[in-house]
Amino acid sequence: MEYFLQQLINGVTLGSIYGLIAIGYTMVYGIIGMINFAHGDVFMVGAFLALIVYLALVAIGITFVPLALLIVLLVAMALTALYGWTVERIAYRPLRGSFRLAPLISAIGMSIFLQNFVQQAQGARVKPLQPVAPGGFQFGAADGFVVNVSYVQLMIVGATIAIMTGFTLLVTKTSLGRAQRACEQDRKMAALLGVDVDRTISLTFVMGAALASVAGLMYLLYYGVIDFYIGFVAGVKAFTAAVLGGIGSLPGAMLGGLLIGLIETFWSAYFSVEYKDVAAFSILAIVLIFLPSGLLGRPEVEKV
Amino acid sequence: MAAPASPAAAPSPLIAAVKDAGIAALIALGLALPMLGLVTTQTQAGMGLVPHWDRVAIAVVAVFAGRLLLNLTLWRPGRRKSALAVPPKVEATLARTAKYLGPLAILFAIVMPLLPFTERYAIDLGILVLTYVMLGWGLNIVVGLAGLLDLGYVAFYAVGAYSYALLAQNFGLSFWICLPLAGILAAFWGVLLGFPVLRLRGDYLAIVTLAFGEIIRIVLLNWYWFTGGPNGISGIPRPTFFGIDFDRGPDGFAATFGLSYSPLHRILFLYYLILALALITNLVTIRLRRLPIGRAWEALREDEIACRSLGINTVNTKLTAFALGAMFAGFAGSFFATRQGFISPESFVFMESALILAIVVLGGMGSQFGVAVAAVVMIGGFELFREFSDYRMITFGLVMVLIMVWRPRGLVSSRSPTVFLKEKKAISGALVQEGHG
Repeated sequence: MEYFLQQLINGVTLGSIYGLIAIGYTMVYGIIGMINFAHGDVFMVGAFLALIVYLALVAIGITFVPLALLIVLLVAMALTALYGWTVERIAYRPLRGSFRLAPLISAIGMSIFLQNFVQQAQGARVKPLQPVAPGGFQFGAADGFVVNVSYVQLMIVGATIAIMTGFTLLVTKTSLGRAQRACEQDRKMAALLGVDVDRTISLTFVMGAALASVAGLMYLLYYGVIDFYIGFVAGVKAFTAAVLGGIGSLPGAMLGGLLIGLIETFWSAYFSVEYKDVAAFSILAIVLIFLPSGLLGRPEVEKV
Repeated sequence: MAAPASPAAAPSPLIAAVKDAGIAALIALGLALPMLGLVTTQTQAGMGLVPHWDRVAIAVVAVFAGRLLLNLTLWRPGRRKSALAVPPKVEATLARTAKYLGPLAILFAIVMPLLPFTERYAIDLGILVLTYVMLGWGLNIVVGLAGLLDLGYVAFYAVGAYSYALLAQNFGLSFWICLPLAGILAAFWGVLLGFPVLRLRGDYLAIVTLAFGEIIRIVLLNWYWFTGGPNGISGIPRPTFFGIDFDRGPDGFAATFGLSYSPLHRILFLYYLILALALITNLVTIRLRRLPIGRAWEALREDEIACRSLGINTVNTKLTAFALGAMFAGFAGSFFATRQGFISPESFVFMESALILAIVVLGGMGSQFGVAVAAVVMIGGFELFREFSDYRMITFGLVMVLIMVWRPRGLVSSRSPTVFLKEKKAISGALVQEGHG
């Protein structure tokens, strides 16, 4: 039981990270219908920026952990958002209205570029970071098996809930969110009604990148080590999560992220670590065969 | 070209250009300052930062100068937006000459290794390029003709390679028996994987094929006793000239045909082997397009609902496309295994699938000639810059983005329809649908 609880906690933590990345995929897909393959690498850039900003803060003497993390979070979000905006501007905007595969190939190119850019700029070696906030709570010590909840895990889950709440409010209550949902339904009509479509799409990328950088910071804190290649695997998993939850649906992305995180953790814990990705992908395939539009997605209606 | 409207307004484009370049430089500063300027380095006391301000300065100046230059030349206000596009006249001429370009290219491919100045390196490069041409043509059946987006194509390449390696090593079968077997096995896997997922459409299909590609790679990586895991399989039998080895012995190729022994014989044989395989792929594709099944593929790509209402069995049609594409990947895979003599899961990563898909799309989906051109440009170009290995992947990614932005319909953007009234003529690629899976 304690083992189960422990895995549940680990799975939720991992799922939160996947969910935050998945939102970036699902938003972009919802609004312009493209798979933003470079999003995983934007997440990786976010993790690197968080590391750089943290080290810079340490270098200038800000070592009070909560303050440092808050500054890192905000600065990394802003800088990663700039990356997200630039990627959209260079690689996707000129292809707006082009056929479906063109932005996909452009995104794959961008993904290769970002990976190798970071590798050249920061070096190919893994970047470890000593634990920023060590320690945590322990439960059930009497039974012999201890359930550990580290501060970092609490922080990740707490921050995810807070950010998700804020983000949901942003999409449902503000005019930007309304513009976004309008563009999602019908871009041409939204433009006719005075919504600046290009700006809305840009802001979608900016928001997706900012959320990805939060995930990047969490990844850095949780695993304590990053390299230029983390974006690919995390990106594929997060995209899987987005599809599992029903692409285009924001709660679906979060649910899919949690599910993928849980499946992966439990599979590693009870069966084999090697095949955890196979388990995640197989469940994706099975879910899609029975629910072709994901768990919470709207069924695609074909009009003739 | 565009003369300034009035003297008073004349300086404004320049100021606007400088202002725009300034903004771009500012953004570049924001992007480069942390990433290029502060390098995370492992030190005695843990992680530290080493400043590299020179790199930031170079990046910012380069962006400013580049943007300014572009603003003053290509992006000058008043200049037609499609200045970079190839004029329709040139395009039409190209389309007309394309009829002769194809046979000419094949002729060149046949005589290239025999030319006196051709070095071994060029033949090796030719083999590599032709492997990708073949893979591109194979994937073109799935993506270009049937309109199914397949992101896990490399899985079938892997199945072919491992089929050959395992059959040849464990049962001692010769290459010429293994080649069709590998193709059949790959096609079988194509059907097996395709059957449950082909009801999915568009990007759902894409992600599931990607997932299958990863699953096959992970299984190959972890199934130690069968596939050798990450160590792969080495010592795969080399190809023979229909049973005659390419070695120095009395029964070797050179001795049998009364030639002096040269290691080049095997390379030449491999070159012609892959050339033949690639041409077979091309021929089969061209012929299939004229058969009912080929027409059904293209009809499916254009409009699936219309197909269904006309009584085409969409599942079977998609499955044949999937299986045929997989079969050619299987052939290419078994060729790859015999050429390398060593295979491991490292060779079958997602990047390979993306590269093959990029070749198909960059070349112009559905255009056989375009795919070949793209393979030569991408793979050949990539290999030629081997000396600048640090920057070549960066450039590779950027080139992919730039080609797409420049020509979203691919390098060869005209298509020849399979069915035509009166006379055969090329049409713009923009008129061809891409399918929704």
